[in-house]
Parts: sequence; structure tokens; C-alpha cells
Amino acid sequence: MTQMLGRMRALILADKERGAGWLMAALLIAACVLAPIATLLWAALDGSVAHWLHLAEFVLPNALKNTLLLLAGVGTVVTLLGTGSAWLVTAYDFPGRRVMTWALLLPLAVPTYIVAFAYLDLLHPIGPVQGAIRTVLGYDSPRDFRLPDLRALWGAVLLLGFVLYPYVYLSTRVMFLTQAASLMEAARTLGCSRSGAFFRVALPLARPAIAVGVSLALLETLNDIGASEFLGVQTLTVSVYTTWVTRSDLAGAAQIALSMLVIVVGLILLERHGRRRQRYANTQRMKPAEPRRLKGLAACAALVLCMVPVTLGFIAPALYLLSETYKRYAEIGALSPQLISSTLNTLKVAGAATAVTLVAGLIVAWAGRSLREGAPNTLARSCARLASLGYALPGTVIAIGLLTPFVAIDRAIASALGTSGLLLMGSVTALVIAYVIRFLAISVGGLEAGLARVPPSLEQASRLLGETAGGTLKRVHLPLLRPALAGAALLVFVDAMKELPATLLLRPMNFETLATWLYAEAARGTYEEGALAALVIVVAGLLPVILLARTTHRIGQGG
Amino acid sequence: MLELNHLHLGYDTPNGLKAVVRDLSLRLDDGHIGCLLGASGCGKSTILRAIAGFEPVRGGHIALDGSVISSVDIQQPPERRGVGMMFQDYALFPHLSVADNVGFGLRKRERSARRARVKALLDLVGLEHAAGSFPHELSGGQQQRVALARALAPEPDLLLLDEPFSNLDVDTRERLAFEVRDILKQTGHTAILVTHNQAEAFAIADRIGVMDQGSIVQWDTPYNLHHHPADAFVADFVRREHLQERRARAFLRGTPAH
Repeated sequence: MTQMLGRMRALILADKERGAGWLMAALLIAACVLAPIATLLWAALDGSVAHWLHLAEFVLPNALKNTLLLLAGVGTVVTLLGTGSAWLVTAYDFPGRRVMTWALLLPLAVPTYIVAFAYLDLLHPIGPVQGAIRTVLGYDSPRDFRLPDLRALWGAVLLLGFVLYPYVYLSTRVMFLTQAASLMEAARTLGCSRSGAFFRVALPLARPAIAVGVSLALLETLNDIGASEFLGVQTLTVSVYTTWVTRSDLAGAAQIALSMLVIVVGLILLERHGRRRQRYANTQRMKPAEPRRLKGLAACAALVLCMVPVTLGFIAPALYLLSETYKRYAEIGALSPQLISSTLNTLKVAGAATAVTLVAGLIVAWAGRSLREGAPNTLARSCARLASLGYALPGTVIAIGLLTPFVAIDRAIASALGTSGLLLMGSVTALVIAYVIRFLAISVGGLEAGLARVPPSLEQASRLLGETAGGTLKRVHLPLLRPALAGAALLVFVDAMKELPATLLLRPMNFETLATWLYAEAARGTYEEGALAALVIVVAGLLPVILLARTTHRIGQGG
Repeated sequence: MLELNHLHLGYDTPNGLKAVVRDLSLRLDDGHIGCLLGASGCGKSTILRAIAGFEPVRGGHIALDGSVISSVDIQQPPERRGVGMMFQDYALFPHLSVADNVGFGLRKRERSARRARVKALLDLVGLEHAAGSFPHELSGGQQQRVALARALAPEPDLLLLDEPFSNLDVDTRERLAFEVRDILKQTGHTAILVTHNQAEAFAIADRIGVMDQGSIVQWDTPYNLHHHPADAFVADFVRREHLQERRARAFLRGTPAH
């Protein structure tokens, strides 16, 4: 008995020592994630006052106004589409409803720049859609009749709205699924009609979920560069890009990036606030309401209403990409060398980024878990939260923020080794580091959740049987973490494949990924070449959507 | 006055209609408290939900104060029946304070009248001090009293109670059962309660219906059920009542009437 106690005591002491090493690593990782922000602050203060004034007078106001209007517009559209579709699909039953529950998620597979790319070609004045409308209305040439040009703020609002609403749909649907039936019934016994009960009970209770979904959609909007540029909207992201690429003005770009950070902070606060209120709105697990069966005209109307966002956000762009790819490869019959090299590059970078992100995420998650009670644990937890901030930082902000540290490191290595080369700047490593910073949140979150499901007693049993801490991780936790690791790997890989803003700024010379090559083709106006690349990205993007759909379905079953 | 006339309730399965309640009839006069007493699955909650309007009627009809509210042809929507309900899980709105919960069904009244009524009801259930609190800050017994106040606020013609005490511990349960009866007798509401617990049934009700598999075996006063059971099933069911009666009397010992 005393022998066991002695052994336990020794283990606990050794535990604290092991914890320190992991904690150091976690702190280092968190510091790396925060590095871009710190650099931006420093670089912005480096610019002269005249610089600031110039920016404040010429560049910032217009870009800021456009960005804020875009955010407000997209926020409204995604709230209406997401909440409305979530309610339709949860409260009512109509033929095709079950398909709709996961079909409404499909637009998530389409990145913002691809949806702009697809619609600009689809709705081109000389294109098929406008041609068809003109035939129906009896006009001959585009000069007599054309639809208003999509290349405006309202066009961006609509396109981004139709592709980003699934964030709101997802969180709101989960919320509706876990609301108790008795709440709605109670409202009706107190005199509320069905719609009255929706507006006075279901909707207010879903507000936190809507807030979370909207903030995620708006962070994506802020991050976007492709759609804004194709549609001619001068947003802050586009300004950062042009300031750096055309004027080589790092201080200026940093200043614009800083103002984006202010907006990011606001959105993060919105999301955190939403998540906190969400937790206490649901005190018990209760039975959700039975959907009300619709018949005839009402059922048709419900189905059509649900199909509209799915069609506009996924089916139309996907069909367009399929037909363009088919057209091109029917006449050419071969894959161009640029496409092949872009694909290989993409796989290389995404693969490397996934591997590093998983390892870093594992370190951070394990550090948060391996220590017992006491102050070090809160430090480890804060590391995890800080390391996860990258998801909120727009790609352009991360890229600009990494430029200075990379140059500094390169100079240090060059002077130390006596070489003249650029090691980090303009290398694939830089790109991978940027991806890791942006996507670390996915692996930290997934692995923390996976680790939480492993009871602490398993580790204690392993240690008492003589295994070391590292050995326990390898023999006990890693096998149990396989699903979490697989899920995180999938999400990071696909997100890395789709990434555009940071890649545009940090990629090596003559190095194209699928996304950047597609962007270049679209900028040149030669849409057909890029269609296959876009198709590959969208198909890859379907995999996380399938994963999400299955998880939500399980929540609906009560699992 | 509530009247259930040859009521049939059931639900659709791939093999046809599965009956839950068969040919059930009862009458409850104004100001009386009725109770449906039976084991789980006997159909008592289904009857309550049919009276509220959440369950379609397959045969017979339900009439309130002479007019039919539910039948095979007629299904009046719940919000227009003038029927109030207390739910097993209380169903308090978590995003509203206690006062706002109680005043929820009083939308049509003007503000001062609404405030006065909310205050009167909170006084009635003994929760004047909790008007600004939120449901998650209250104990189970307090939440249940808020649910009662909320259901009574719009002055319904009939109050339905769906196993309202089942989530409480035994002592609170008995105490609240007596309190609820006092409140209902004070306000003069007609009410019907559903439970599997004989102690509650005998503590609250003027008329009790012992149920078995979708039918009422006997609908009678507590005294008659105890002393003149209709058959062996009722006698068996109620026999355990003996102990409860003694406990009830012991509980009331020392009060003026006993």
C-alpha cells in the first residue's frame, strides 16, 4: 500500500517536470501565431506621420466604407437566408426535406473567389443566361438590353451572401434541434399563433447561435480577396494587396492591415459573446418539436424556397464549372502543364501544412491537458486560446505581418552563415508557416475535443503500469485520437487547398497553386482554363461538408 | 364544464391506426379538479394533449362549456381554446424574466393592467420577490410555481396539469400538491391533472379517473374509489392509498380543521 502511494507521489512530481517542457513548446507556438500582429503594430508605428495622413485621407476612408458596407450587407443576407432555411427545415416537414437538411450546406464547398469567377462568366452580357433572357424578351443585341452589372457592391453582397449563409444555417439549425418542444407548445397555450411563437420564443433563443454564425461568415468576408477584386469592390483586403504589390509600401500596408484587425476584434467579441449566452440558454436535454407536415401548395413553396440558396450558391456554379471543363477538354483533350504543376504544388504545400499543423496542434492540446491543478494549467489553456486566434486573422494580414520577421530571420542566418541567399522569404516554407498560423485553430480545437473524451484515469493507469508520459501519448492517446486527427487533417488540408490571399502574397516566384493559377486566369479573362482547377477545389471542398452534415445529423438523432 | 364524449385517440403506423385511448367519456363540472390516474403508457397524457389541441381526435368529441373544440371534423387551434397548461418540464422561457414569463399571455391587455395582474399572480404563488429573476436562477419548486402563475394569468376556462410534480423530490411534491389545490380552489378554476402518483391524485382532486390501457375503469370521488372500488383492478391500485391517507392526515394534524 505504502509502496503504491510512494510510486504515485513520484509520478506526480515527475509529471510536473514533463509538463514544463510541453508548456514551453506550447508557449513558443502561441508566440509564433501572435508574431504577425506584433510586427504589424511595430511596422505601422515605423511609418512617418505624413504617411498616416496620406493614408487616412486617400486610401482608408473609401476602403473602410466599402468594407463596412460589405460586412453589413453580407451580415443581413446570411442572417435572413440562414435563419429562414434552418427554421423551414426544422419546424416543417415536406417532401425532400431530409435531402434539403444537408443540401443547404453545399455552398460551403465553393470558395468566395470561385463563386465570383463563375457568375461573372455566367452572367456576362454575351453569355448564355443573358442571351436566353434576351431571346425571351425579344431583344437582339446587348446594346438594347442588359442586366445590371454584377461588378458592384450589391453584386458582392449577394454573391458572398449566397455562399456564406451555411455558417448561420448550421449553427442556427443545431440550436433549433436542441430546443424543447414544450416551449413552443407553452407559447401556443398562452395565445400565440405559430408564427407568433417563432418570433417571440424560438428566434430570441436562437440569437446566440445566429451571432456565432454571422461572425464566422463576416470573418470569411473580410478575408476574401478574389471576389472583391473581380467584382471591383475596393475593400481593405484589396487595398493591403495593392499597397504592397504595386507600391512596395510595407508601412502603408501594415497600417491598413491594422485597421482590419480592429474589425476582427469586434467580430471575435461578437462570437465569444454569442457562445457564452448559448451555453446557458439550454439547461436540460429536452425533446425537440415534431415538424408540422405541409401539403400541396405550401409543401411546394417550402421546397422551392429551400432550393433557391442551394441552386444559387452551389448547383449553378458547379454546373457551370462542369460544362466549361467538359467543353475545354472535349476540344483540347489534354491537361496543360501549368495545371499539372499547380496541382502538384498545391498538394505539396497543403500536405506539408497539414502535417505541421497537426503536430503543433497536438503539442498545444497535450500541454493544456498534461498538467494537473494549479497556475501552469491556466497558462497552458491561454496558450491554446492564443494559438487558435489565427482563424480570425485575414490571410493578407498574416502575410504582411510575416514579411518583416522573415526578412529579419533571413538576414540573421545570412550574416551567421556568410551566405547571401533568401531562405525564408519567397520560399515554400514561408507559405507553410502562414498556413499553419491560419489553420492551427482547427487542429487545436479538434484535438482538444478528442482528448477531452479520453478519461484521465486511462493515463493514470498507464503511468502506474510503468509507462512514461511520452509513451502514454504514443500507446494510449494517439490511437484513441485517430478520428479526431483524421477529421482535423481533412479540414486543414482542404482549407489549405482553397487558400488564396496569403498565398498570393507569400508564394515563391513562378510557383502557382490551384487557387492562385485560377485567380490569374480569371484576371486575364480566360475562364475556361481555370474551370478545371476550380472544379477540383470545389470537389475537394465537398469532403468537409459531408463530414459536417453527418455530425449535424447525429445531433438531430440525439446522439 | 369539460365534456369528453366517446373519445378515440391514436396514431398512424405502417400497419394502420394504433389506438391509444378507446371510447372514453367523462364530465367535469366548473370549479372542480379532476385527475386521470394511471401507469405510464395508459394514454392519460395523450388525452391532455388532445384537450389542449396538440393531438388529433379519431372519434367522438371534446366540448368545453357546451361548444365542441375537438372532433373528427373540428380542430380549434390551441391558441384560441382558452385552455392553459402546466408542462412536466415547466417549459419556462429561459430568455425572459419571471415577470415577463407570467405576463407572456397577456399581450392584448394594456400595460398597467398587465403589470397589476402579474403582481397579483406572483403574490398568489408566493414569489413576489422573484419577479426580476430568470428561470435558471430558481429551484425546481419555484419554477413550478412560476409555471402555474403563467398558466393562470390569462384566466383560462380550463387548466391542464401534465405530471407537474414528477420532477420534484418527494417532500416538495406532497407539499406543493396541497398548495396547488388551495390556490385553485381560491381562484375557482376548473382543472384536470394527469399523474401516476396516487398521493398527488388524492391530495388534489375532487374526481379521479383510474385508467387502464386507454379506458377509464372508474371515475369517482376519492372516498368512493377507496371505499367502493368498481372492480379488482381499482381496488388493487388504490389499496396502497391507505398509507398515503394516514400520511396526509398526519401532515394536516394540528391545523384548525383537523
